[in-house]
Amino acid sequence: MSTPVPVRLHVNGVEHQLEVEPRLLLVHALRDQLGLTGTHVGCDTSNCGACTVHLDGRAVKSCTVLAVQADGAEVTTIEGLAPEGELHPLQEAFWNDHGLQCGYCTPGMIMAAAGLLADNPNPTEEEVRHGLEGNLCRCTGYHNIVKAVLDAAKVKDATITTPTSPSQQPEVRA
Amino acid sequence: MSATVSGDGSASAGAPHVGRAMRRKEDPRMITGRARYVDDISVPGMLYAAIVRSPEAHARIVSIDTSAASERGDVIAVLTGEDLADAFAGPMPMVWSPPGVEIKTPENWPLKRGEVKHVGDPVAVVVGTDHYSVADAAEDVTVEYDPLPVVVDPEKALEEGSPLVWEQFGTNRTHEFKVAGGDIDAALDEADVIVEQRLVNHRTAGAPIEPRGVLADPHGDNFTVYSATQIPHIARFVLSLVVGIPEDKLRIVAPDVGGGFGSKLQVYPEEALVLALARRLGRPVKWIESRSENMLTAHQGRDQINYVKLGAKRDGTVTGCQVRVVADLGAYQLLLTPFIPELGFPVMGGCYKFQAIDLTFEGVFTNKVCTDAIRGAGRPEATYWIELAMDRLAAELGMDPLELRRKNFIAKDEFPFTTALGITYDSGDYEGTLDRLLERFDLEAFRREQAELRDRGVYRGVGFSTWVEVCGLAPSRVVGPQGVGLQAAFWESALVRVHPTGSATVFTGTSPHGQGHDTGFAQIAADRLGIDPQQIEVIHGDTDQGPWGWDTYGSRSLSVGGEAVARAAEKVQEKAKRICAALLEAAPEDIELADGKYRVRGSPDKFKTMAEIAGAAHIPPQELPTDIEPGLEETAVYDPENFVFPFGAHACVVDLDPETGKVEVVRYVAVDDCGPAINPMLIDGQIHGGVTHAIGQALYEQVVYDAQGQLVTGTFVDYALPTAAELPSFETDRLETPSPVNSLGVKGIGEAGTIAATPAVTAAVLDALEPLGVRWIDMPLTPRRVWEAIEQAKGGVPA
Repeated sequence: MSTPVPVRLHVNGVEHQLEVEPRLLLVHALRDQLGLTGTHVGCDTSNCGACTVHLDGRAVKSCTVLAVQADGAEVTTIEGLAPEGELHPLQEAFWNDHGLQCGYCTPGMIMAAAGLLADNPNPTEEEVRHGLEGNLCRCTGYHNIVKAVLDAAKVKDATITTPTSPSQQPEVRA
Repeated sequence: MSATVSGDGSASAGAPHVGRAMRRKEDPRMITGRARYVDDISVPGMLYAAIVRSPEAHARIVSIDTSAASERGDVIAVLTGEDLADAFAGPMPMVWSPPGVEIKTPENWPLKRGEVKHVGDPVAVVVGTDHYSVADAAEDVTVEYDPLPVVVDPEKALEEGSPLVWEQFGTNRTHEFKVAGGDIDAALDEADVIVEQRLVNHRTAGAPIEPRGVLADPHGDNFTVYSATQIPHIARFVLSLVVGIPEDKLRIVAPDVGGGFGSKLQVYPEEALVLALARRLGRPVKWIESRSENMLTAHQGRDQINYVKLGAKRDGTVTGCQVRVVADLGAYQLLLTPFIPELGFPVMGGCYKFQAIDLTFEGVFTNKVCTDAIRGAGRPEATYWIELAMDRLAAELGMDPLELRRKNFIAKDEFPFTTALGITYDSGDYEGTLDRLLERFDLEAFRREQAELRDRGVYRGVGFSTWVEVCGLAPSRVVGPQGVGLQAAFWESALVRVHPTGSATVFTGTSPHGQGHDTGFAQIAADRLGIDPQQIEVIHGDTDQGPWGWDTYGSRSLSVGGEAVARAAEKVQEKAKRICAALLEAAPEDIELADGKYRVRGSPDKFKTMAEIAGAAHIPPQELPTDIEPGLEETAVYDPENFVFPFGAHACVVDLDPETGKVEVVRYVAVDDCGPAINPMLIDGQIHGGVTHAIGQALYEQVVYDAQGQLVTGTFVDYALPTAAELPSFETDRLETPSPVNSLGVKGIGEAGTIAATPAVTAAVLDALEPLGVRWIDMPLTPRRVWEAIEQAKGGVPA
């Protein structure tokens, strides 16, 4: 194990000061060090997208980002997509449209869809299908996922994806 | 939550909850990242395990040097098969023992000693305090192998002089099993036309997006094992025997499970290994596999070669159906490995009235990971060959393939229908689903459009599948030790408990991994209890909670487990009526449950709610007769008398580029019948996913081993799961023909799409290729295969 290095991550509006191995993947920093287990790991090759989070507002696969690369960045995970007790329009639409079955790909799928809608607020079905091709689902056949994304796009605040400024003061934790 | 309550079932009290597209009770935790899968669980003092696996497909282990790994910081133990020789009470079991048939079954220990039999076979394990360090340490374990001859092709493995996977058996043939009914020789003699076809149903992976994972947590003499499994109850039974821990000291929990598709219908050697390590080290041990490990070592599916012979008279009446199945079982026998090819036998003959059916199954060892159940398990293979052989028969007879089907369908008024194999199909309306399909899919218009497109160089094709499957596993006496020979039973249990304040908990012996039991079972119980489904929790997947059960596979949860829930809830309702009658000074038979109230028939203003009744049940007032036991909970155990037989008619439309061979599914219409819907939204979801699984097999997915037994498709880079971009939106419709087997009238639907769709996709491709002279291609219908077939048909030599 090499010498740990300090990393400052702003995750879901909360600042964290971590000591990490330089090789530590962002997904493992989120899951193992911050306890944010909503971000999942489904492959070794960045194909499945279960680990998708937002890094400075862009959807990224957190298995392909080192924690040190995220130093100083704003990270949003599924746990922080909507304020506590509320649902983001995409979460609501996935629920209404049965856009999930086992739920394992779901956080990554929702975060990828949020990134898609941020870039393209009124996508066609074709654009949604191509926009989500980096995220694998084995349960749904994507039918209801695509439907949910199109339905969420009809809700006007669906593109507000990163609640990076919560009312509380940033909290620093080791 | 900002969510509205519409769709949650509480909007119109009194109306039945069954039949509604109620949105799922599971979803709030899953869409917010609060679900809990195995890898999300950590316990104090937890260690991590990494497994050292064979890079050789067949070899003698000469030596294992663990010293470098042991010296690493963070490493607690490095153990080999020899080190753990006394850690197990027995090898991993295989549970099919058909009367009169010997199935060759080698000992399968969690860590291998002596020889390895496929790439990925586990030979050592590293345990340490950090999951990155144990992966490093595993690479430091040096294993010297002496390679042995390898065989990967199942038909070559049956040839004289083939390398042997297991020297002691003297053959790679594991067993031969025959099922027959009617006089096949007479039936084929009577036929004017016979079609014969060899079909390869290639090896596929289950590929749930959550890989396997196990956490074993010791506390005193007791152990809790969290596992990403479909079968916690069966796992406790098996792990108890393999690791030698009494069942009463072993608790298995299947937490949220990220998909199974049959690949988690297994008790894996890794589960036994991790439990044995936790006992040996006295500390919690977690093992989470990588995707590469999953592709190497989770059991796979299909991998059959089918030799099919169908006979028919000139007028299209089918006579006999004869099939030989060569099934590649891989290197060992896991829980159900040799039984999976045979599992589909009750529907080998499809929707059609064959006077004779004759089936032979041969299992073969190869130096590959085992096959076992993957979504559909034997039935997709059966539907694939029966439907495509019917198409060929139609072509030989010069008949329309759908007319040939109609001519041979078991008619709606012939059910229950006993087939030539002596299997009784419960109910069906095969004409009905095909008629509905053709209402939605205008075949004449399609043929006009197809001809116009071909004039413009666009190759479009349509394929049909009129399918039937057998599920609802299972009548225990039919498939148990003295029947088909599984050393198990397949009844299901439910416990329904109404709490003192009137909410309820339903415990089921089934164990979901995406199907939506929390919702569907709450709907079933709600109507029978008079409680809103939002006030009913469904508990599953924990052997310390609720009665014993037989878990989830074989599209059994609803038709067996759901029926048990209904029966337990009805028992509670009966008791609630007796309590209500005592409270209202009425006769129990005069109490009715209506509009969510227990009321006196004819006097709707005289009623009690379930909350009032439950309160009285737990704190009995004086007017309650003493012969009514306090409390309000009941258990039901249900063993079905027969399987259930869902069916349907599917149409697939593809466009094909003859220059590149690329196939695109442009339309898919599915009409299915699984009896009355409990929740139609969940049925559609199962069809979408099931059909996609089959489209994946038909067009994209294939597990490939090279001639040395090296896995070529070891990641999702090489093993091509379909993405959203490859698929159309699906069109679904349903008929509801009740099953007489259970009181709900329901049939399973979890595997239906996968069972139905491969022949529809393949037939669509063959239809598109018809003007190019291509008559047959084996799946997967990749651009290269399609292009090569076109070139061959042209008489050219493919590159």
